[in-house]
Amino acid sequence: MKKITLKSIGIFASCIAAAGIISSCKPKKVDSALSGDAASKVYVAPGKYDEVYLFTSGGFSGQIGVYGIPSGRMLKQVPIFSMDAETGWGYSEETKPMLMTSHGFVPWDDSHHPQLSRTEGQDDGRWLFINANNTPRIARVDLGVFKTREIIELPNTGGNHASPFTTQNTEYVVGASRFSVPYDKQGDEAIAEYKDKFKGTISFIKVDKETGRMNLNFQLLVPGVDYDLARAGKAVSDGWVFFSCYNSEKAHSLLEVNASQRDKDFIMAVNWKKAEEYLAAGKGQKWAANYAHNVYDEGTHTATTTMEKEVTVLDVKDLPGVCYFIPCPKSPHGCDVDPTGEYICASGKLAAVIPVYSFSKMIKAIEAKDFEGDYDGVPVIKYEAALDGEVERPGLGPLHTEFDANGNAYTSFFVSSEIVKWNVKTKQVIDRIPTYYSIGHLCVPMGDNITPYGKYVIALNKITKDRYLPTGPELTQSAQLYSIEGEKMQLLLDFPTIGEPHYAQACPAEIVRKHEVKFYKLENNNHAAVVKNEKDAKVVRTGNDVHVYATAIRSHFTPDNIEGVKVGDNVYFHITNLEQDWDVPHGFSIKGANNSELLILPGETSTLKWTPDRAGVFPMYCTDFCSALHQEMQGYIRVSPAGSNPTLKYSTGEEAVSAK
Amino acid sequence: MKTIKPFLRVVLLLCGVAMFVSLKFPAWKILLEAPQYPEGLKMEIWSDHIAGDVNKINGLNHYIGMALIKEENFPEFKIMSYLIIAMGVLGLLVAATGKRWILWIFAVYQVLCGVWGMYDFWKWEYEYGHNLDTHAAIKIEGMAYQPPLFGWKQLLNFLAGSFPDVGGWLIIGASAIVLLVLAYEQFFRKN
Repeated sequence: MKKITLKSIGIFASCIAAAGIISSCKPKKVDSALSGDAASKVYVAPGKYDEVYLFTSGGFSGQIGVYGIPSGRMLKQVPIFSMDAETGWGYSEETKPMLMTSHGFVPWDDSHHPQLSRTEGQDDGRWLFINANNTPRIARVDLGVFKTREIIELPNTGGNHASPFTTQNTEYVVGASRFSVPYDKQGDEAIAEYKDKFKGTISFIKVDKETGRMNLNFQLLVPGVDYDLARAGKAVSDGWVFFSCYNSEKAHSLLEVNASQRDKDFIMAVNWKKAEEYLAAGKGQKWAANYAHNVYDEGTHTATTTMEKEVTVLDVKDLPGVCYFIPCPKSPHGCDVDPTGEYICASGKLAAVIPVYSFSKMIKAIEAKDFEGDYDGVPVIKYEAALDGEVERPGLGPLHTEFDANGNAYTSFFVSSEIVKWNVKTKQVIDRIPTYYSIGHLCVPMGDNITPYGKYVIALNKITKDRYLPTGPELTQSAQLYSIEGEKMQLLLDFPTIGEPHYAQACPAEIVRKHEVKFYKLENNNHAAVVKNEKDAKVVRTGNDVHVYATAIRSHFTPDNIEGVKVGDNVYFHITNLEQDWDVPHGFSIKGANNSELLILPGETSTLKWTPDRAGVFPMYCTDFCSALHQEMQGYIRVSPAGSNPTLKYSTGEEAVSAK
Repeated sequence: MKTIKPFLRVVLLLCGVAMFVSLKFPAWKILLEAPQYPEGLKMEIWSDHIAGDVNKINGLNHYIGMALIKEENFPEFKIMSYLIIAMGVLGLLVAATGKRWILWIFAVYQVLCGVWGMYDFWKWEYEYGHNLDTHAAIKIEGMAYQPPLFGWKQLLNFLAGSFPDVGGWLIIGASAIVLLVLAYEQFFRKN
């Protein structure tokens, strides 16, 4: 008895000790350590170029960030939807029209999805399109000069989110309404009337093959759900565009709960070639509209705004064969077409599977009318009829998928903060790797092309937290670079980004560099106020407006002494950069201007408006270090009191002469 | 009947004091780790309140429809401190009197408290993990989110751990010593 009891006391005591030990044991976590060769894979020696251009959306900065991959070095921020004081974008007289809308001048937007133009399903490096989500617009950046050259506003649209995905030969870029809105009675409807009165639209913006010029060819009037993301079909599925839709509940309040109730939302398949036929057959209705179309002319270095007054609308419920819904598990986000064009991978962000649809099965189902009913007059194809298979338990919160050239898909998982590699054909998960932290979209170079470049996957993360030196409550945004060359993915690099990198596109540098422009030719400058020769520089008064036609060349402005300006005048400095060499911009700024600087590139003319508020002598100078005598590149403007009558005089390097 | 050995009465006194001291520390902790929470989230259960990252945990758990963790939903907090104080008082009493029958009451009482406490905790965890809002945004077929009673458990992307905290260890340690003292007094001490 005693022995047994002694023993049991011992056992009891060791149990307590064991409990303490267990609490310090814990399951091993995924190894996140970098393997030894990561550094060499991202090292780009000084003076050497990166292999790939990466274009990331600036999110709420409204711009685009340009990076070199694999180094992750930031090369440029391209101003698009937001004013940029650094380059004078939206401040100079030439660029102000680019930010005009039917609501007037809008100085900011939220840019989400960069899309490269493509030829035969491959990135061609000519243009980059990007959407404005808030005040619905699409911009076109010319990748020869990395400048925004066109912005078109989309009428009848609330929140242009599922945009601007391009078709196989850039015939179209699309716009779509994330927020459905009412269209009757000038839109003045009770919000409670959502289910009956609110509709969505899909915009098809035609892109000119040669010039890239955009034109809103037609809009489809579609059921009032939220359109989230899209991809155009390619190869076998060319002629179609696929959109993900959430809020098929048609909730108009507390969507986080109310739009998450149905087990299935939709993928919407749109046959745009069929829509074009209806358009040609005159089935469209002309709707009065008012939307801005802003074009920057590289010849005149000047943007103009045209207010367009009409749009052709096709109502899909009256036009069979244009539009179909396919059920898709819970609130799909990504809607991605694989390189063959046959498989469409949808990512229900609240779903536990990734459904992969087959394009050919979808066509068969349409032909066989294998429908489960309709939704607001649009046929709903049976889920199983279009489904090729599901990726089972891939992770939590699948968002977006891109592809490599070997039949593999890479899906981002927001909730479980990881990238999962799986095989498109077998639907088997091959590998998974954590992201730091909470990845949104991802990007494989040319990952949505017919032949992806592959090699890397870039995670565009939503949360940075402890990954970088802290910078107060607002931390840097960030992306991560992974190698996908092997069977297993490998983390190579973290790098910071601007704004919020919602999505990015990337392609090998040489595809973009084909179009490279080093400077603007002065002889082609047709700006209304260009001065191609210093001796033609002049100052002209017209009423209260004073126009300064000036030049900049290393290292002086002509003229650099101006007198005869009065308080309250509108002074327009039209400055032409006479340089004809690479990398010699001049800046221009003047004390007290309620405006930005100008950054004038070689061969370009830009205009700064200045309204002097007091008498005095105001210095002006070049802000971009241009030469050894940059610091000497300066001048003065004398401002006389309002109501005085000074003589207008200007000069450079001599006594001032009076204006003729 | 003999009184308890003086040395052991000091030990029992310390055990009683440990019960009081435990009130100044959290009794239990629930830990959550995920790739995006490398620093981990911690919920502390005290004898009369909860503390730690409760709001963050509530924020995360609402996606899958778990109920909000709110103090007013735990009537236990109204009595737990008194139950522990009673243990402490019993400890002091047995140390003062040296009576073995009080030691028995102390030991039985603390074992009952422990069993009830763990059962009550398990019952809450079961409710919390299974009773999910049918309107939850994320619903996964067949998935329940009951945290572990003791140790680590993977729940979707979160690794959940459940362990005694400082106060809990004090109580467990003191209780274990009390049981050892009782065993010695009852079975080993030569009469």
